[in-house]
Amino acid sequence: MQENENLTHQHDENQKTDQENGDALQQSDEQNGDNHDTHDHHHEGFIRKYVFSLDHKMIGKQFLIYGLLMLFLGGGLAMLFRWQLAYPDITEDMAANLENVESRSAKPLPIIGASDEFLKEYLETGEAEPRTWADRMWLNIMESDGYEYIKLNLGFGIMSPAFYNMLFTMHATIMVFFVVVPILVGAFGNFLIPLMIGTRDMAFPVLNMLSFWLAVLAAGIMIAGFFVPGGHASAGWTGYAPLSANTDWTGVNWGINLWAISLLIQGFSSLVGSINYITTIINMRAPGMTFFRMPLVIWALFIVAILLLLAFPVLSSALALLIFDRLAGTTFFTSTSSGGGDPLLWQHLFWFFGHPEVYILILPGMGIASELIPVFSRKPIFGYRSMVYAMIAIAFLGWVVWGHHMFQSGMRPGMGAFFMTTTMLIAVPSAIKTFNWLGTMFRGSIRFTTPMLHAIAFVSMFVIGGLSGIFMANTPVDIAIHDTYFIVAHIHYVVFGGSLFAIFGGIVFWFPKMYGRYMNDTLSKIHFWLTFISFNCTFFPMHILGMGMHRRRIENPMATEYTQMFEGMNIFITMSAFTLGVVQLILVFNFFWSMYKGKVAEKNPWHVNTLEWEAPTPVPHGNFAQIPTVHRGPYEYSVPGEEADWIPQAQPEPVPASAGD
Amino acid sequence: MTHTDVDIIQNRPISNAKLGVLVLLGAETMLFVGLIGAFLVFRMGNVNWPPLSLGDIQLPQLITGINTLLLLISGYTMFYSVRSIQQDRIWHHHVSLVFTWFLGLAFLVIQGSEWIQLIGKGLTLQSGIYGGIFYVLIGCHAAHVLGAVMWLSIVLAKSLLGKFCAEKYTGVETCMLYWIFVVALWPILYILVYLY
Ligand code: HEM
Ligand SMILES: [Cu+2]
Repeated sequence: MQENENLTHQHDENQKTDQENGDALQQSDEQNGDNHDTHDHHHEGFIRKYVFSLDHKMIGKQFLIYGLLMLFLGGGLAMLFRWQLAYPDITEDMAANLENVESRSAKPLPIIGASDEFLKEYLETGEAEPRTWADRMWLNIMESDGYEYIKLNLGFGIMSPAFYNMLFTMHATIMVFFVVVPILVGAFGNFLIPLMIGTRDMAFPVLNMLSFWLAVLAAGIMIAGFFVPGGHASAGWTGYAPLSANTDWTGVNWGINLWAISLLIQGFSSLVGSINYITTIINMRAPGMTFFRMPLVIWALFIVAILLLLAFPVLSSALALLIFDRLAGTTFFTSTSSGGGDPLLWQHLFWFFGHPEVYILILPGMGIASELIPVFSRKPIFGYRSMVYAMIAIAFLGWVVWGHHMFQSGMRPGMGAFFMTTTMLIAVPSAIKTFNWLGTMFRGSIRFTTPMLHAIAFVSMFVIGGLSGIFMANTPVDIAIHDTYFIVAHIHYVVFGGSLFAIFGGIVFWFPKMYGRYMNDTLSKIHFWLTFISFNCTFFPMHILGMGMHRRRIENPMATEYTQMFEGMNIFITMSAFTLGVVQLILVFNFFWSMYKGKVAEKNPWHVNTLEWEAPTPVPHGNFAQIPTVHRGPYEYSVPGEEADWIPQAQPEPVPASAGD
Repeated sequence: MTHTDVDIIQNRPISNAKLGVLVLLGAETMLFVGLIGAFLVFRMGNVNWPPLSLGDIQLPQLITGINTLLLLISGYTMFYSVRSIQQDRIWHHHVSLVFTWFLGLAFLVIQGSEWIQLIGKGLTLQSGIYGGIFYVLIGCHAAHVLGAVMWLSIVLAKSLLGKFCAEKYTGVETCMLYWIFVVALWPILYILVYLY
């Protein structure tokens, strides 16, 4: 009931200002978001300012750091299992593998695994001289009494199939729930919404803080899962029942419990956040900021907040049932001899949430691209309204396509045809958006700044991902490629190629507003190009693997004859993936270095129209000295007859009789 | 023309608090959509409901029917209490709030005693999907009623302390929105779970 009390509390505050005169403004404490007085510079303590902050900008930055940290955790897991795919074990059984050196082709993990020569010698003779610190570590571990789980699953740095399952499960879980959504929605949403609609803070600052700290709690629980007996969840990020519902199948017990509990809490965090976003956007826009003068990224975040609000509770209901199955002895998702539940029910509930979720992952990215492309083409966005309607259409259609993830789970052919059609329909608004971006760039005076490069990468990668989506939407085609690497390629072209490039572009673009400094441009450009190249080297070949029926969740592609020919390609992908991972260190270094040492930025370095650039840099508590009045749409670049090639939204019409009042 | 913060706030068609609660109810609805969906999948996938293996379990339809009436009446008294405060009839406002509170509590007590009887007859959370979904779905609603009663307790206390008046009653209104949601949901559950 936490949120309700806060709401009532909040309400009392509003009420006060509703009735009393302006004096109430000066007195109101900082809990009331609308009423910051920019002139009272009370000094906040460190804790209030950086930890339990109520300021939307600080919470946004907290979400950004949070997401970037989790990005490294998720990426690290991916690098671990990529190694396994490149140099897999050809024997299934670890114990046999350790005894039978000749048949062993698995290579221990780099750096943290034992060295080849040491391992060979050790396995042959039972003892060996350690050559590296890792050798010494493994020797200690293997000869000690404890560490049963590690010995069995990661002995000498060679992973077991069960460990592999855990890695890919947690990789996807973390990336989807703890990286992309927190950064796109949590960080950009918090930072941008009040600034771009011209208000002083979110509607419910306390809830906003709560949302962040719930997300931290969820992340803590999720990370704790790595350290429980039996290891972490390993039923895939989709947690298909009965794999997830029954301990017997994966041998994982508390891992999956913590996985489910953590996601429930993350659901609360999203719920609180989306209540805040929706209320703020509906109720707190600056005078003159009509809905159709809102920047597209705000539209995107608005729609995403609605999607999150309505989709996540469905997952919560499924997770609750799952937790009952696991802890209270119900059988909702397992069929038993005395007529138990239905494993397919999980898939329906999960994907009813899951498909809107994947659009939650991309819509804010689309919004960011829609900001960057007009700014750096110096042209109005092509088809503003059609952009908005396309997003609304995507959000609506997203509710009736979930079955395209279940073509192979068993469904009536008629239903398959229905889901195939609706899925294809969703490609139409997606294509509208793509053509609008192209139309915006067409004959523009394009400035190839780093944010623009990222935006262009976003559009082109999204097109590839969207096209592979069309393939899979065809039931007959999907019968073959379902659960192969083709899906993996698709996912990564839309989520990495799409969302993550938008995130990188957005970070570089708004960094001057966030921290008052530029990011180093040379480093940003190097980061962009290396990421772009290694991204494509990593994920493009996966289409080919998929066409060759390389299963999606297989820990040893050398075990089946028809995938043995892909050994070289797998090694290439792994090398590219490692490059991709390492290259991200440039971003992190640049990010923190520029925070303190970057070139100081002026108020509006890119010459942008939207309101956030109207606020002073660094943005003070309460954002604007005077709430701006909006006189025009957000994309009036290169208007004929105007001297400057940009007209800020808050600039009044030359003729005083202005609209917007 | 420039705008002060005050007239920006005053120009809002709906207060943040009310809007926030309405949005919250959207999410609550979807939570129940998920659970009711699960119920329907089980219900329609089984010809015999309750499954034969459970013996002759019969849910208490009559008592729950009366309970349904109580809850519906509480919805009206809650609504009436907001109407009265709008018209500055503080006495009516207080009495109807107290009535609402007791009705909510009575609903919980009656449902609780039903559960005790059902458990005595052998219908537990582990009684297959029938018992499982019954307790989870009905229990989820009961938790919401409990939450609403607790919220109402706070509102009632504030009201008795004279914190609301005809110009200032959003605190009662937000509570009413939540209360009405919880009340309106119940007949659907009653029909689906007890009668269907
Ligand atoms: C033109 C648009 C799109 C179409 C037609 C489409 C179609 C599909 C289909 C049919 C599948 C299921 C394939 C299978 O499992 O056999 C799928 C999977 C998936 N899609 Fe898309 N998609 C589109 C866009 C997107 C976007 C924008 C995102 C996210 C940002 C996305 C994320 C995913 C993910 C994560 C999966 C894999 C889910 C899993 O783990 O099984 N898709 N897509
Ligand atoms: Cu989908």
